[in-house]
Amino acid sequence: MSGILVVAEHDAGVFRRTAWELLGKAAALATELKTTVSAVVLGDAPAADLGSAGAARVIHVTGDFATYSTAATTAALNAVITAEKPDVVLAASATLGRDAIPRLAARLGTGVGTEVTDLRAEGGAVVGRRPLYSGKCFADVRVVRAPAFFTVRPNSFPQPTRSGAPAPVTAMAAPAASDGVTVLEKRAPSTATVDLTVADRIVSGGRSLKSKEAFDTVIRPLAASVGATVGASRAAVDAGYAGHSEQVGQTGKVVNPTLYLAMGISGAIQHLAGMRTSKVIVAVNKDPEAPIFEHATYGLVGDLFEIAPKLTAAFAAS
Amino acid sequence: MKIGVCAKFTPDTDTRIKLRPDNSGIDPTGIKWVVSPYDALAVEEALRLKEKHTGEVISFTVGGDDTAGLLKGTLLALGVGRAVLVNDPAAVGTDALGIARILAAAAKAEGLDMLLFGKQAIDGDNGQVGSMVAEILGWVQVSRVSELTVEGTQFKAVRAVDGGLKELVAGSLPAVVTADMGLNTPRFPKLPDIVKAKTKTVEVKNLAALGLTAAEVAPAVQASNFGLPPARPKGRLLTGDADQMVGELVRLLREEAKVL
Repeated sequence: MSGILVVAEHDAGVFRRTAWELLGKAAALATELKTTVSAVVLGDAPAADLGSAGAARVIHVTGDFATYSTAATTAALNAVITAEKPDVVLAASATLGRDAIPRLAARLGTGVGTEVTDLRAEGGAVVGRRPLYSGKCFADVRVVRAPAFFTVRPNSFPQPTRSGAPAPVTAMAAPAASDGVTVLEKRAPSTATVDLTVADRIVSGGRSLKSKEAFDTVIRPLAASVGATVGASRAAVDAGYAGHSEQVGQTGKVVNPTLYLAMGISGAIQHLAGMRTSKVIVAVNKDPEAPIFEHATYGLVGDLFEIAPKLTAAFAAS
Repeated sequence: MKIGVCAKFTPDTDTRIKLRPDNSGIDPTGIKWVVSPYDALAVEEALRLKEKHTGEVISFTVGGDDTAGLLKGTLLALGVGRAVLVNDPAAVGTDALGIARILAAAAKAEGLDMLLFGKQAIDGDNGQVGSMVAEILGWVQVSRVSELTVEGTQFKAVRAVDGGLKELVAGSLPAVVTADMGLNTPRFPKLPDIVKAKTKTVEVKNLAALGLTAAEVAPAVQASNFGLPPARPKGRLLTGDADQMVGELVRLLREEAKVL
């Protein structure tokens, strides 16, 4: 093995949790495979700090990467990989991992194990385990050409302890690359709450709400009372009670919170696919036969219009 | 405007996935095949671009013997002008790059202004093929697009980026665009159009016709050891009236689940 390369992403110089998460996992894999971990950083960030989580060296591509560019990102990573020749490249499943990594894999004639939730060393190589059909089933994935790219779903691995020494840093100037795509405007999300895909608490409403007004006056205050992000079933979104960006399920967001409250959601297969890995699931539904109860940690059979306001008050008081 | 759209057929989202006995993949028995929902957004957007700017929509699909019939009842019935189907035994079991090489080869000859994809297909959930085709063709790409306009040789698109942010971007055609929810609401084919489409022709090609060899689509990514998700531990139903259930729930969330 000539090593594992981690794409360490940062926001304005602060490394993301996924950067540390990937480094921690890469260090464990490298120990098993008797190889080393290096990291690549695009743009201005304290690159040497990555040594604390196991990076033996860091390649720091200098240049302006503050606004995401497919062409600049792909060209920079291509230059680093061509020089370093890693066997395995790990990136988080986020914009860079979804947009640039496949393009880069095509440039290098290799493949990507997409959005894995586990990685292991086996037979001298890295093998991924990943959900398919939005988590209705899982499979092992191997990439039989080099480098083997894997993108990793956030929160798949624990945050490592950071005790190592600073890593030596090699600077590289960003290669010139532009595809002529310019960003005219950045639009912040309409709510101040955490994005569904990384939310720790979610309150979702279903078709039983029967109107947008009910959704706004029952579900949103309940979510606010417990510091949760609002989600919705496809039926609720199709009926116009909530926005597309709030849909949880196979054709919406796949979520992984600690607490998921399903309010008036029957539990269609396509919804379950998006939230079944939630650690604690609470279901409120007036139909005791609703499939959601088979997956709920705690089930409340009753009228959500009666229960939700009481729950809102109880959460607000606690 | 000459608009291409790549679409595949996937199990309907209501499908309960079953596995083959040897865990080598899913059991396709009894599955209802639909245009992958994000691809359906791409098809709708292609039709709208054609209606606004005039021109032609050509679809590209990699599939099997049953796929031509599915294409007639869906894309051709909706108004896609030509449907190209690549059907070749060497393409079975290929990976995203193999599919991308096939689609790029099929699209290259058509002189397209834009090639639309869904942001991902809802079976493999890979979301790689659009970016890979853009690379092979040497075109710009914009991923996860929820608004799109074209004026002359320029496009504007709203894309999703990290942290729930969206960006309005501009660029030059030809371009690959991948569709996200919110882009549009796909129309359904009308019954008379479905009947009429039965007499339309799907253009079937093999790899050789595209100048590709089996070796060029040999997979770099191999999937094995399929399994179903682990069952959740059995939960409990709370009892009593609404006040009692709510009180008990808050207590359990705090003391037992320890999530409050």
